[in-house]
Amino acid sequence: MLAAWRTVAQRRQCPRAPALLAAARHLASQTAAASTQSASVAAEVPSSSSGSEPSARLLSSSQQPEERMDFPGGSVPFTAAMSFLGGTFSPRAPLPCYRTIDSAGLAIADADIPHELDQETAVKMYKTMVTLQTVDVIFYEAQRQGRFSFYMTSSGEEATAIGSAAALTNDDVIFSQYREQGVIMYRGFSVQDMAHQCFGNIHEQGKGRQMPIHYGSKALNFHTISSTLATQLPHAVGAAYALKLQKRNACAVAYFGEGAASEGDFHAALNFAATLKAPVVFICRNNGWAISTPATDQYRGDGIAGRGPGYGMASLRVDGGDARAVYNATAAARKIAVEQQVPVLVEAMSYRSGHHSTSDDSSRYRAAEEMRQWRARDPVARFQRWLVDQGWWSDAQDTSARQEARRDVIKALETAQKAPKPPLSAMFEDVYARMPWHLEKQQAEVFAHVRTHPDACPADIPVK
Amino acid sequence: MAAASCTLRSTPLPAAVGSPAARSLLAAPTRPVRANQRCLVAKAQKRELMMWEALREGLDEEMERDPTVCLMGEDVGHYGGSYKVSHGLYKKYGDMRLLDTPICENGFMGMGVGAAMTGLRPIVEGMNMGFLLLAFNQISNNCGMLHYTSGGQFKVPMVIRGPGGVGRQLGAEHSQRLESYFQSIPGVQLVACSTAANSKALLKSAIRSDNPIIFFEHVLLYNVKGEVHGPDYCQCLERAELVREGTDVTIFCYSRMRYVVMQAVAELEKQGYNPEVVDLISLKPFDMETISKSIKKTRKAIIVEECMKTGGIGASLSAVIHESLFNELDHEVLRLSSQDVPTSYAYELEAATIVQPEKVVAAVHKVCGVRVAA
Repeated sequence: MLAAWRTVAQRRQCPRAPALLAAARHLASQTAAASTQSASVAAEVPSSSSGSEPSARLLSSSQQPEERMDFPGGSVPFTAAMSFLGGTFSPRAPLPCYRTIDSAGLAIADADIPHELDQETAVKMYKTMVTLQTVDVIFYEAQRQGRFSFYMTSSGEEATAIGSAAALTNDDVIFSQYREQGVIMYRGFSVQDMAHQCFGNIHEQGKGRQMPIHYGSKALNFHTISSTLATQLPHAVGAAYALKLQKRNACAVAYFGEGAASEGDFHAALNFAATLKAPVVFICRNNGWAISTPATDQYRGDGIAGRGPGYGMASLRVDGGDARAVYNATAAARKIAVEQQVPVLVEAMSYRSGHHSTSDDSSRYRAAEEMRQWRARDPVARFQRWLVDQGWWSDAQDTSARQEARRDVIKALETAQKAPKPPLSAMFEDVYARMPWHLEKQQAEVFAHVRTHPDACPADIPVK
Repeated sequence: MAAASCTLRSTPLPAAVGSPAARSLLAAPTRPVRANQRCLVAKAQKRELMMWEALREGLDEEMERDPTVCLMGEDVGHYGGSYKVSHGLYKKYGDMRLLDTPICENGFMGMGVGAAMTGLRPIVEGMNMGFLLLAFNQISNNCGMLHYTSGGQFKVPMVIRGPGGVGRQLGAEHSQRLESYFQSIPGVQLVACSTAANSKALLKSAIRSDNPIIFFEHVLLYNVKGEVHGPDYCQCLERAELVREGTDVTIFCYSRMRYVVMQAVAELEKQGYNPEVVDLISLKPFDMETISKSIKKTRKAIIVEECMKTGGIGASLSAVIHESLFNELDHEVLRLSSQDVPTSYAYELEAATIVQPEKVVAAVHKVCGVRVAA
């Protein structure tokens, strides 16, 4: 039987018959007891046969003690001591948080800076932050005025989005959750583009089909946002798989919040990426709140970064309010992902200074003092201070940049609001590559109805 | 889940056993398939293969033709798939294109969506269609939607395939029929193969299509033998197959029910009936051209399906037929479907849950009137 097992294992001709091989080893005669293969231990079978028949007797205790447990997943050392690890038993210290600029914006001495920021990049980052802050404030107000239906700000997380985006190349494929507008803005999505999308007019890439802030641009390698939480994480793994097959010098990047990391797709994506060696950079925005659920009610372990090593993945915790640290963390993570073709997990610690969305009033569940303290550590102000210290920015530039941003944003909103909406026929296109008969029929019925009941169709939707 | 599927794989299918009943149940249709497919290409040489071999051959041809085609799922690489559809292909194409994944259907379905949006043509295999219930979120919210919500910027050219249907005493969780659950999802196309020939030809078309296709195979049909076409033959995904031309009544069916219906037809022929049998093939969208042409001729319709009665494919088809062909009908459309119960393990109960040939014969009697054999 043993010979048969060996033959089957050989015939399979793949390294993945370890179960059979391990079993064969266990029952084979001890011939390599003194070998340097410490990973596997074969117990001697006290049989005088050629070793082809496993002994029916239990292995004698007078044999050499087994040191390791070989199993299909690998090999682990035995111990006679029983000690639990984790939970309340010998809890691990939390992963420390990497930062290079303190809360006031002063550079920390001797910080690791493997990727120094040059002036051009740093100024572009800051200007994008200024525009982002302006967009967030004015678009939020626009929603309040009823100009469009929904908005989400990213106040307090500008450095996470823009710091990371600046460290990527345009070939890196981005999957975001919903609070990373800074990323697509840094890539080149204009304020006008954003306004068009929020108004769902004829100029926006999504053809008016998705709700506001669900940006997407094939040209900028930024996938259209899907509302479902964490579903973008397995997508990123699939994209990384495609990049790997195509042998591209690029990685996939997936953004998500600490709340979304409770979804099953988070586990699936990280396990898959690590097991299949997919070049993905997972960037978690731990902003402390998932609508009204604080992070203390979201998980019991060491945040999100603490989970990475469990999957066999390199992980780093970083100060999400420190744009320079986020930039360095992302650049380093990207390098690991692309050069070693493995996934990396980065957890950016920050704070959601604004409400979850325009449908939320966070003062109902958050202490004003907590919010005030975090706003005092505004990531944009910290980066501005550092920028000024480098001699790369001034107050005068700041004032004029903010004025210009304000003008641009207001104008963009006006232009987008006046632009026509997509026609009624756009409702039925792109469901399939070619419109099938049942959609043609439904489209015809809708048109027939609208022509006899003009009030059924909003006045600004062209009937064509 | 993996253990049960191994058990399934080793269970001999009725067709493999040489009993006369099994042979007639799974015999090739008595009339040749009419060549009314618009996409007929070269008339290459025909050979006889089992359906799993035919699917494998189609997969092999498409993977050779297009380097962006890949297969992912549980045990599809080195193991060759639970039903051998990818048997040995990893040796030719490597571990990356025949990708073994960890067990998480929503995970690898999402991975397939992401890969499809990044230039690949992935085929995602569910070890059993029922397991894809775990992947419903990705299929509905992303696979079917992202081409639309992205304004046409990102396409999702993927094929989702696997065995479904009621097998032989596999228990309720392994006897799921998901076609009715998926049929409402906007943006996906549903195709059900039934013969060695159409399984290969349809799979090739599905792989080449830019739409996401859910491709239904049946757990009991993998050993069905039949002639297959050559490497250039692709079958239209939106066309039904005319299995048997007739005049008295149109019997619509798909997947394994095609064989149940043909077994009933053998009996009905003896009784002097002349039924027309249409294999739907395209469960979404329905091939209304073939369907209406047939009903206008026979003026009576029976739908024979394996999914449950409530909300089944037949429910949709019946509604569509009544709405668009009401004046062409002499009788309301009859639906023969599975009972709305979880499928029992016990053999007799399982058999009573699904449609048997006797029920089809009785339905024809009801619709056409009882006849005395000529």
